Amino acid sequence: MSGGIGTLREMREALDSGGASSVEIVRCSLERAEATQPSLHAFVGLRAEAALREARESDARRRRGEVRSPVDGIPIAIKDNIVQAGEPAGCASRMLAGYVSPFTSTAVEGLERAGAIVIGRTNMDEFAMGSSTEHSVAGPTRNPWRVDRTPGGSSGGSAAAVAARIVPAALGSDTGGSIRQPDAFCGVVGIKPTYGRVSRWGLVAFASSLDQIGAFARSAEDCAWLLEAIAGHDARDSTSIPEPAPAFSAALGAGVRGLRLGMPKEYFEHEGAADAVLGSVRDAVAELERAGAQTIEVSLPNTRLAIASYYAIANAEASSNLARFDGVRYGHRTANANGLTEMYCRSRSEGFGAEVKRRILLGTYFLSAGYYDAYYRKAQQVRALLRADFERAFERCDALVAPTTPEVAFRLGEKTADPLTMYLSDIYTVSANLAGLPALSTPCGFADGLPVGLQILARPLDEAMALRVADAFQRITHHHTACPDGFA
Amino acid sequence: MARITRAEVERVALLARLSLSEQEALRFARELDSFLDYMDQLAAIDTRDVGALAQPLVLATPSRGDDPAAAMDPGLVVANAPASAGSAFVVPKVVESEAEG
Repeated sequence: MSGGIGTLREMREALDSGGASSVEIVRCSLERAEATQPSLHAFVGLRAEAALREARESDARRRRGEVRSPVDGIPIAIKDNIVQAGEPAGCASRMLAGYVSPFTSTAVEGLERAGAIVIGRTNMDEFAMGSSTEHSVAGPTRNPWRVDRTPGGSSGGSAAAVAARIVPAALGSDTGGSIRQPDAFCGVVGIKPTYGRVSRWGLVAFASSLDQIGAFARSAEDCAWLLEAIAGHDARDSTSIPEPAPAFSAALGAGVRGLRLGMPKEYFEHEGAADAVLGSVRDAVAELERAGAQTIEVSLPNTRLAIASYYAIANAEASSNLARFDGVRYGHRTANANGLTEMYCRSRSEGFGAEVKRRILLGTYFLSAGYYDAYYRKAQQVRALLRADFERAFERCDALVAPTTPEVAFRLGEKTADPLTMYLSDIYTVSANLAGLPALSTPCGFADGLPVGLQILARPLDEAMALRVADAFQRITHHHTACPDGFA
Repeated sequence: MARITRAEVERVALLARLSLSEQEALRFARELDSFLDYMDQLAAIDTRDVGALAQPLVLATPSRGDDPAAAMDPGLVVANAPASAGSAFVVPKVVESEAEG
């Protein structure tokens, strides 16, 4: 086997037909991960030996006729903030250098149970705080479509690894767009499920009311199979949805005829959006209309407040969650400190990078006496208004279609000097997290030679609808099959 | 006028248990100030009758039984600690001085 790794479906068919073994596929995946490190830097670590051992076990199961799931024997990459027992989980931070997890996350337990093979950990913005994968202690990941561009973030390594045909699928986390924005920038497919659909047990916490683990792949069908392996109720996460996960792949193939799709006018009228991006998305919506969908304009009037609400809530929760890094139980401890308070302050200042410190300071300010009501509580009230906007829109339509990002992948270094500009690039993605909705991004064309993402948002618990619309679009277009030069 | 002075950044940094260099304190003061200007748009929204939404869960969280289960092995618990002795974490002197309370 040579060249890029195929889609999950192609790999599954190769395994089923005996055309390839899991060992061959996993070896190819590992070799490709190594070979692309100098140009892309998608990974922060590989687990070659363990992955090959697990691939041999998968092959043995297959020979016995005991295939566990559609992802049995398939190589998967996971983001560096999702833990697996005995493996590092560094969150791309100096704070967690050398940390080895004593337990396995529920999502990775799901992968293991399904027979999937984790080949390595992907690069990210430190503690998932960023939109470009530039805020990583290991250095940035580059976009396979053009290496002077960022892959987006914070799950940029996972998106780049799928786009570069290193793995057919990957896991990431999405707090304000960290799956969908890199999907759009790298021309791959990814879904952030409903809040609570995938357990957060073993996901290093950033903003607990927003964080959600999701899937990257090259088709809606592949995403559905991966999601089936990781979703479901988990008593260890008190915000886990107490319902069995549906068979997401069963919803595929139904098409869009008769569906009503809403186009949020505030998204299409957003001043900062590039014309070429909006044009691509409008063309995609026209394709869906030709396939039988009806489209209507809907309004999400509070959209302009989403970024302010999101960054108040996310940073407040981050400042609280990251208080656990105290240099005592795990993580970096300063070499020279006098007494406990100084040990805390120095350990944290040495361990965290600039973006993490910035967010902790903002979040601490919002939660501090005298400012809590004006910022944190106010942001939660605006969050309620944003959710009500979606509830009204979903009374009139089955799903929403919109751009994933206002522009295509930006240059490395382009936005790092001005944090607010970086934050504003999340305008189309943060609302789904604030409202807890499932949202998916699928490639829908190119602008300036770089991929554009079509975002599909659905009602809470209705991942199946988002997947169905994406699947229908992928059956009538070829954007999701486009491959960056040099990675075929 | 800037709302976030350097003294204010240092007050917040101490609450967050961060020690900032002079350069960092100046930079963060400027950045926090511009971010708070952006946040002002929230203040203009009338939310008198709007409840705060802390989390978006759509189904009630069920309670689980208070069942005894095996805890993680203490050796594993301290394995990532910067300093440990047996199954205990080792920390610097906790009571620093009476004045600090």
